[in-house]
Amino acid sequence: MKVGLFIPCYIDQFYPAVGVASLELLEKLGCEVSFPLNQTCCGQPMANSGFEAMSKGCDKNFVSNFKGFDYIVAPSGSCVLHIKEHLHDEDDPKAADEIRSRVYELTEFLVDILKVTSLQASFPFKVGLHTSCHGQRGLHLASMSELVAPAFSKPGILLKMVKGIEVTRPKRVDECCGFGGTFCVFEEAVSVKMGKDRIGEHQDNDVEYITGVDTSCLMHLEGILRRQGSKIKTIHIAEILNSQL
Amino acid sequence: MSSQANFTHAEAAEQFIADEPRTDWHDDTLWFVREKRDKAANSLPEWEQLRQWASDIKYHGLSNMHQLLVDFEKNAIANGIQVHWAVDGKEHNEIIYKIIQDNQVQRIVKSKSMLTEECHLNEFLTEKGVEIVDTDLGERIVQFRKEAPSHIVLPAIHLKKQDVSETFHKHLGTEKGNNDPQYLTEAARGHLRDKFIASELAITGVNFAIAETGGFVVCTNEGNADMGAHAAKIHIACMGFEKIIPKAEHLGVFLRLLARSATGQPITTYSSHFSKPRAGQQMHIVIVDNGRSRQLGRESFRNSLKCIRCAACFNTCPVYRRSGGHSYHTAVAGPIGSILNPNLDMQANKDLPFASTLCGSCSNVCPVKINIHEQLYLWRQEITKEGMAAKGKTFAMWGMSEVLAHPAIYRMAGKMGRWVVKHLPFLTNNGMNPWFKQREMPEAPKESFRDWYLNNKQK
Repeated sequence: MKVGLFIPCYIDQFYPAVGVASLELLEKLGCEVSFPLNQTCCGQPMANSGFEAMSKGCDKNFVSNFKGFDYIVAPSGSCVLHIKEHLHDEDDPKAADEIRSRVYELTEFLVDILKVTSLQASFPFKVGLHTSCHGQRGLHLASMSELVAPAFSKPGILLKMVKGIEVTRPKRVDECCGFGGTFCVFEEAVSVKMGKDRIGEHQDNDVEYITGVDTSCLMHLEGILRRQGSKIKTIHIAEILNSQL
Repeated sequence: MSSQANFTHAEAAEQFIADEPRTDWHDDTLWFVREKRDKAANSLPEWEQLRQWASDIKYHGLSNMHQLLVDFEKNAIANGIQVHWAVDGKEHNEIIYKIIQDNQVQRIVKSKSMLTEECHLNEFLTEKGVEIVDTDLGERIVQFRKEAPSHIVLPAIHLKKQDVSETFHKHLGTEKGNNDPQYLTEAARGHLRDKFIASELAITGVNFAIAETGGFVVCTNEGNADMGAHAAKIHIACMGFEKIIPKAEHLGVFLRLLARSATGQPITTYSSHFSKPRAGQQMHIVIVDNGRSRQLGRESFRNSLKCIRCAACFNTCPVYRRSGGHSYHTAVAGPIGSILNPNLDMQANKDLPFASTLCGSCSNVCPVKINIHEQLYLWRQEITKEGMAAKGKTFAMWGMSEVLAHPAIYRMAGKMGRWVVKHLPFLTNNGMNPWFKQREMPEAPKESFRDWYLNNKQK
């Protein structure tokens, strides 16, 4: 199984440990993983700001990097959703279609494709699970509190396989953290208030870590936590699923 | 409220949040309503099926609007109702003013109608020297305060009981400092009863207009639409044309969804069916377009006209709950307002589609399954296409897109960026950087993932 590892731009630059954990985890689970060296970004920052037309260069670059893989996997629900919904390439529309149907968020890939039932991981800490909106409501990684439907959580299923971990949920189980891409700077006040409120609910649960499937949400929460001088740390779910503590 | 506000949503939201305890109270109050909605929805195993039916019936209505409106008019006229057509808000207001003048009436009551807010009817009539009394309790409170409603179902939700007490003390002469909700509500009740008894003309909204019968349904929790319409000799009902549904039996779908979505009640306290004027009464219906035809013609945004004004998207929206309705500077605020108002005036409302994280909760609670968050994304594209984005933002986005389209430039820029964060933190950690205002910057690692990969995996 040939897997192309897609490491979103800000993870590549600021959170390489998330990429390392994702790669090691996929290799441990028997995947033949390669990281196309000329990848950059999914184009979402421009598109969500209303500049979809400017993301064509990113699209083209993405297609040329990820053409031909059986699967494309990324440790980010948001970037994967963007690719799934918006990747187009006028010169190679078939390749873009193929990629859109083969791109997976990491936990979704582990649960639905690799059908993982056990993991050699241990993480003896109390961890609050942040449910990132694009993964949840966009990719259906977890049930949604608004809908009348059975409860499930793909990230939750995987965290249950980790030795020693205690997973908690915030009171409002799937409220947005307020990152929202460029929303975090153009609507700074609301963005930060939303983040503070999410953190408050995790604090009420006495967590040591906040985890999730999207580093972008975690980066925003981490920025607030560090400003507050909080002891709570953020950690991407790939790092927990790959940990041997 | 004029359509061109002198502030953006982000600016108004920042002011709102400056009072953090009050923001928390506003957020909690509306979240409580959202939770009530969840309980009500979960009490019906067929909830998701009902939503689908409602969405499909509305879609059928939008696709056959011409015929449904013609049928409705014919049946309404046969019932003895006078039907008027208004191309825009101005015409709507003028039609109502003419009825007022023709009948020489002065005492007018109005129950809640977001359409009359959209058309600025109160301001129009006030300028003509006609006094109009809003009879919905929340609307009466904001009317006393010369404010606009901040929520389409709960117009005074931005106010605390202390604020109401002060307002009633000033306008109704209640005891200063008496914040007892029952006392205040009784005072309002007495005041409004006097207005109902004296009223000559009653204006109401319309929740559902039924093509096959020519009748219409008005839903209120306070019974104020009924008291107005039953006491006055003239009843004017105002509706946007999208309120039409094909058959009376379809009410069985919509009435079950409306109140559960709005407040978590199984049904609105009063769902009043009006079909013809009583003896000696005049009944008018004003059917308004005001941009709706244009929206119907926009393929991407057409479904926004399915809205039944339940405000579930307001209550669930984490941005609305923390910024308040007035920050949206429009009659209909919240997520649905942010996809309706750019159609009315794109320039004046170009900030609204950006007042969202695109979390998608709005689309999930919507009882008629409007893809609200997807339409927010699409409005962003329209606004940018029209050249309405700020120049600085456009330039920044262009720069970013160029960097990200070229891998070598991206890698160099990334390296420089990390170097700057590490060695020249004052360049990012300053007042010019909105991220840094209340958040630390991420720590810069010494190597990117790609560097690590080349060093460790490709040797």
